[in-house]
Amino acid sequence: MAKMEQVAPQEGQERRGFFKRLLAVVLGSVAIFTPLAAGLAFVLDPLKRKSGASDKLRITNLDALPADGRPVKFPIMASRVDAWNKLPNTPVGAIYLRKVGEKQVQAFNVVCPHAGCFVDYRGDMNSFFCPCHNSAFGLNGEITDKKSPSPRGLDSLEVEVRGNEVWVRFQNFQTGKAQKVPVA
Amino acid sequence: MKKLLAWLDNRTGYQKLAQEALYENIPGGSRWRYVWGSTLTFAIAIQFITGIFLWTAYSANTTGAWESVYYIQFEMTGGWLVRGLHHYTAQLMIILLALHLMQVVIDGAYKAPREVNFWFGLFLLLITLALSLTGYLLPWDQKGYWATKVSTNLVGITPGAGTALQKLIMGGTDYGHHTLTRFFALHAGVLPALLVLMIVGHVYLFRRHGITPKQPLRKRDEAFWPEQVLKDAVACLAVLATVLFLILYPRLTNPNAHLGAELGAPADPSEAFSAARPEWYFLFLFQFLKYFPGHSEIVGAIIIPSLVMLVLFLMPLAGRWRFGHRFNVGFLFALLAGAGLLTYLAKRQDLSDPTYLATLKDAHRDAARAQVLASQGIPPEGALALLKTDPYTQGPKLFAKNCASCHRYDGHDGMGGMPTDPATAPDLKGFGSVKWLTEFMDTNQIDSPKFYGGTKFKEGRMVRFVKRDIPKFTPEEREQLRKVIIALAAEADLPAERATNQMNAAIIAEGRELAKNDTMRCTECHEFRTKDEDATGPSLTGWGSREWLIGIISNSAHERFYGKRNDRMPAFGADNVLDMHAMGLIADWLREDWPLPGQTALRK
Repeated sequence: MAKMEQVAPQEGQERRGFFKRLLAVVLGSVAIFTPLAAGLAFVLDPLKRKSGASDKLRITNLDALPADGRPVKFPIMASRVDAWNKLPNTPVGAIYLRKVGEKQVQAFNVVCPHAGCFVDYRGDMNSFFCPCHNSAFGLNGEITDKKSPSPRGLDSLEVEVRGNEVWVRFQNFQTGKAQKVPVA
Repeated sequence: MKKLLAWLDNRTGYQKLAQEALYENIPGGSRWRYVWGSTLTFAIAIQFITGIFLWTAYSANTTGAWESVYYIQFEMTGGWLVRGLHHYTAQLMIILLALHLMQVVIDGAYKAPREVNFWFGLFLLLITLALSLTGYLLPWDQKGYWATKVSTNLVGITPGAGTALQKLIMGGTDYGHHTLTRFFALHAGVLPALLVLMIVGHVYLFRRHGITPKQPLRKRDEAFWPEQVLKDAVACLAVLATVLFLILYPRLTNPNAHLGAELGAPADPSEAFSAARPEWYFLFLFQFLKYFPGHSEIVGAIIIPSLVMLVLFLMPLAGRWRFGHRFNVGFLFALLAGAGLLTYLAKRQDLSDPTYLATLKDAHRDAARAQVLASQGIPPEGALALLKTDPYTQGPKLFAKNCASCHRYDGHDGMGGMPTDPATAPDLKGFGSVKWLTEFMDTNQIDSPKFYGGTKFKEGRMVRFVKRDIPKFTPEEREQLRKVIIALAAEADLPAERATNQMNAAIIAEGRELAKNDTMRCTECHEFRTKDEDATGPSLTGWGSREWLIGIISNSAHERFYGKRNDRMPAFGADNVLDMHAMGLIADWLREDWPLPGQTALRK
């Protein structure tokens, strides 16, 4: 700045100089922020995308589930919209099913509510165990170990037994939260 | 705050840098003619900003490229704007580059000591052209695909390493996934990095040697800030306004126009798009190649362009010679005038070529249709599969190729063209409908070229019946005929008539009975709903239905149809000219039985 003000400027000149500077900054900013703003709106697009629970899906027959209540893992195949693609019958996740009565079935999403790893069923411990951070869950999905990193028990899913068929409404839930909040 | 900035300055020296950048001296003061370099920097900034955002949504593979660009353009928030900015700024950059180059040459700014900077500028020009070329392919639409194929094929004629070079650029022997991944790596990685390096060199040398002041100096010296910055900002804003105008322009004439850059139909390696042209600023090269007969295209494609580039690169040296500067200016103007003339010729030839115009129209139809189909979700096989199984798209093409030498569709060949031979078989637009059959049964129309006029059935029993017997019908019989027509059209079960057929259920039942008994005399020749070994005319059971149409296309000389009385109709299916899928597409198209309306709003 010092260079510019070698000669003491007149008051009017100074005001005009300030105005020019302001205008240069404003116009330059408009020019560069327009594409930036468009790009920002563009990159925020996923925020408006929604997902929800599936329709009820037929998973298996009662006969496929052990009578002693041991859980069995099933893949979930459903139609899915992935950006531009509409995928018919594609893998979207997995669940555990276990018999808790003659005609009663319990369903859990296999995703650990802690950080989203898939939990294993460990026959030797007769419980669910997450191989990532050692969260442990009882057969009813409850947290069995107080030191378990998971903030909540396994996420149960809506099950319906129609005759001999097991139908489940599949849904994912947000991980890392004490409450069970659906991913939407 | 002051302390913090002082700390930062102590560690980085940013204040000196900013001082040098902002208070660079401009001999003779700021001028409008110095803005071009800054507008180019601005244009490049827009390309980097929008390019990186587009990168977050683009997928470089043959079943995802068109699809992801479709999704950017039509589904994502502001996608049309980001893509439009990227597309049109690229076009404007070429113009700005040409202006910048002209100014540098006219003002002699390439002369010592600025030779190296001039070369940097020429490299920047070449990199920009390479960016345009690689970017053109990325949407993987018909236009980009076929136009770029020409470019890569020209690489193949380079002596020596041509074939290997072409293979390397294409990532294989033909266009595929790796063509896209390679073009994308060049377009978004290698070339931008080179561009930045060159710009750094260009600006560094520009600052080192200073601006080339235009003599005579009109004012006293000024600093770059704020006078020149203000002029630059205004110019950049003008560039942005021009780009926005180009994006929004289609809306001025058509409120439903699609905004931003064009997206053609997905690339189809089985269907060459003969109207594919390179971007307008490459048109002169495209046109230039037309003047080189076989075996000499290397002269037009490689040797002459290389020599021109060589002359440009030698300009600083030529400038030392007494008349060198005049030669340089003259050469540049001759070059631009020549390119302009070639561009004009290319445009004029295209616009006066009916085949080109028709192909372009078909391409627009396919593009619009691809967008409609894609809006319902694209299968994993990609959008091309949607178009390939779409009767609305394929029906007219198959009809024009296989049927239109004898038949017409609404007076044309299905695609809107006019075959050279006169119609010798019925016009099939609306075949199976009440309207079609009513006109067919009209005394004045049945032996016209629209129906049996061009066939040997002109003298046949059907025509005789319609022309001789129907006029003698009593009003009551006419009413019966009307019911029979409605009942027969109901056999076709056209989607467009399903609703009215439901309302006319009683009439249809009555018409069926009338057609079956002797009243209307249909069954004298035709079979209708009961097996008749002695029938001589085509069976009316399921007349105009999908199955019936596929049957008659497959083999009209089958005894179910014309039998040995068949005129010239080939057996398309029985002789394996068309497969089941193709005949189904023709049948569905004739029946206007396609999954989505032919034209719906393009933007959701």
